[in-house]
Amino acid sequence: MAAMANSRFQSTSSYVATDDLTIAVNAAVTLARPILIKGEPGTGKTQLAQEIATSLHKPLHEWHIKSTTKAQQGLYEYDAVARLRDSQLGDDRVHDISNYIIHGKVWDAFQSDQQPVLLIDEIDKADIEFPNDLLRELDRMEFFVYETKQLVKAVHRPIIVITSNNEKELPDAFLRRCFFHYIKFPDQQTMQSIVDVHFPNLKKTLLAEALNAFYRVRDVPGLKKKPSTSELLDWIKLLLAEDIPPEALRAEDSRTAIPPLYGALLKNEQDVHLFEQLVFLNRRSGNTPGR
Amino acid sequence: MLIPFFYQLRAGGMKTSITELLTLYEAMREGLARHSVDEFYYLSRACLVKDESQLDRFDRIFSAYFKGVEDSLRDLLQDIPEEWLRRQAELHLSDEEKAKIETLGGFEELMKALQARLDEQDERHEGGSRWIGTAGTSPFGAYGFNSEGVRIGQSGSRNRSAVKVWDRREYRNLDDSVELGTRNIKVALRRLRKFARAGAADQLDLPDTIDKTARNAGMLDIRMVPERHNAVKILLCLDVGGSMDDHVRICEELFSAARSEFKHLEYFYFHNFIYENFWKDNRRRHAERYATLDITHKYASDYKLIFVGDATMSPYEVVYAGGSVEHWNEEPGSVWMQRLLRTYPKAIWLNPEPRRRWDYMPSTKIIRQLMNDRMYPLTLAGLDEGMKKLR
Repeated sequence: MAAMANSRFQSTSSYVATDDLTIAVNAAVTLARPILIKGEPGTGKTQLAQEIATSLHKPLHEWHIKSTTKAQQGLYEYDAVARLRDSQLGDDRVHDISNYIIHGKVWDAFQSDQQPVLLIDEIDKADIEFPNDLLRELDRMEFFVYETKQLVKAVHRPIIVITSNNEKELPDAFLRRCFFHYIKFPDQQTMQSIVDVHFPNLKKTLLAEALNAFYRVRDVPGLKKKPSTSELLDWIKLLLAEDIPPEALRAEDSRTAIPPLYGALLKNEQDVHLFEQLVFLNRRSGNTPGR
Repeated sequence: MLIPFFYQLRAGGMKTSITELLTLYEAMREGLARHSVDEFYYLSRACLVKDESQLDRFDRIFSAYFKGVEDSLRDLLQDIPEEWLRRQAELHLSDEEKAKIETLGGFEELMKALQARLDEQDERHEGGSRWIGTAGTSPFGAYGFNSEGVRIGQSGSRNRSAVKVWDRREYRNLDDSVELGTRNIKVALRRLRKFARAGAADQLDLPDTIDKTARNAGMLDIRMVPERHNAVKILLCLDVGGSMDDHVRICEELFSAARSEFKHLEYFYFHNFIYENFWKDNRRRHAERYATLDITHKYASDYKLIFVGDATMSPYEVVYAGGSVEHWNEEPGSVWMQRLLRTYPKAIWLNPEPRRRWDYMPSTKIIRQLMNDRMYPLTLAGLDEGMKKLR
């Protein structure tokens, strides 16, 4: 544990971690417990695991969850059909059942010779029972392979990062075993440092204007999907590629101008429609509500 | 010193468990929060809170406990709908002023100003939420943005330092007892779906049969599974226009959640009450009509019927022929209602009006009787109850 103290997770050159996030991650690293990350889509939940791995120099194992994923698949799978085929063909391998045990991501992580980072991405996509099936594995960091009567135990307890988009509620028993952090949407200041990290040479004026325009769009009431950090970054990338001058972003009246390339910010047809309508309405009525 | 805090959290309605408390102790022993109270706050939050909707609650309890300051303003604050308060602050204060208040901690000044305004407009003084946010008076209150301008529960003026993190209450809009969002509705609706998949084991499960046969070294091992009901079938009838305009947003949320949740969802609109016609497109409601009888013939009785409406109208509209506000109905609405209920034994009525108001409306009473008391408020809890009744 003492050795770990000097390798703490912090903001990196490519990722801005707020204080609360840093503390939560370091708690999870020190106590070797899983950490559950929630937050609006596009606030860098998945990236966090990659950043922990890079900044602590640890290997990363990623397990991306789909709606059809079973907990068992992360541990191991027994390829019964291959064995059946081999037995029909008289292959010698058929006598050793372990030939047909296929390791899953969790097994790989447990066997890693240095402490790995294991990302379980979008756990809420899976079946509602999925987290319950992983309780013992996450708690004791071991599981039993019934086919070979073998106990697989983690050599080093991996740092487990679990992300969720809140599509399903997670069971209490599961939550109790995790640290939890909710990545809230960054304020303008944090956002500035995030953009700085991604575009170090960005002109200050362009950034300031872009951020203003961005928060203005976010403030439009009634949007179904508000643009998030990753959309902002994409948008800035586009602005740079198109060489849009900062002046183009600065509207005399913030309510009556559509920011250029706004397709990168609004991903929903209805939102685009709503946004255009609002702008149009404001233009026509010509009112300039003071802010 | 953490144990009383722990009990405070539980008393405040948080589901914090002993395991989590022990984790916090363990983390403290490892020296993870050595340097400042802020660090301790972050650490305890990561250990003890497991749901973003609980964050706001946690912040309040943390603030109350660790300052040991009885918030003298609390009594005043309880009664102010925060949304309104926030709007007032936004309307009446410029950005500079807000910044100034933040640095000086002149929160009480702000409160005084707001109280003065409150007194003038007493009718907005409803809400009456208890301290642990079960406010929920208005489902539309969820504007969802936190203004830095007003921070409820702060007593920062006592110590003229920067505002404490937990007092910023940045997670205000995530308290689930306030908002009924699409996602929550989906979770509630999902309860219905889960149950619809039961049945007798009378279908061959091919993958499992292959798997078991292979495990059985080639001896055939037949596996059966229950037949899957494709999905629940839902007939959703929505009241539109008139008094329902107040509830448009929540109905939209319900509708969009239901749309993505159920494969077999048919929806129809009506105005105030059910008569011989429904329609599907509000813009063409007079041109394109669907006869109620056609609907009962087309959709089998395994459809579940959900009415959404405020049931607020003149009683004549329900029980008298010709009572409809829009047209001459030959038969009273209640007769049509009974026909529908005969066809669809599984039916509920969701009412966006709060339950306490139901008894004051004769029409609501009548409809409740017609529905055999299967009327539920359009809140998460009500939806839950209703879904239980439906399956």
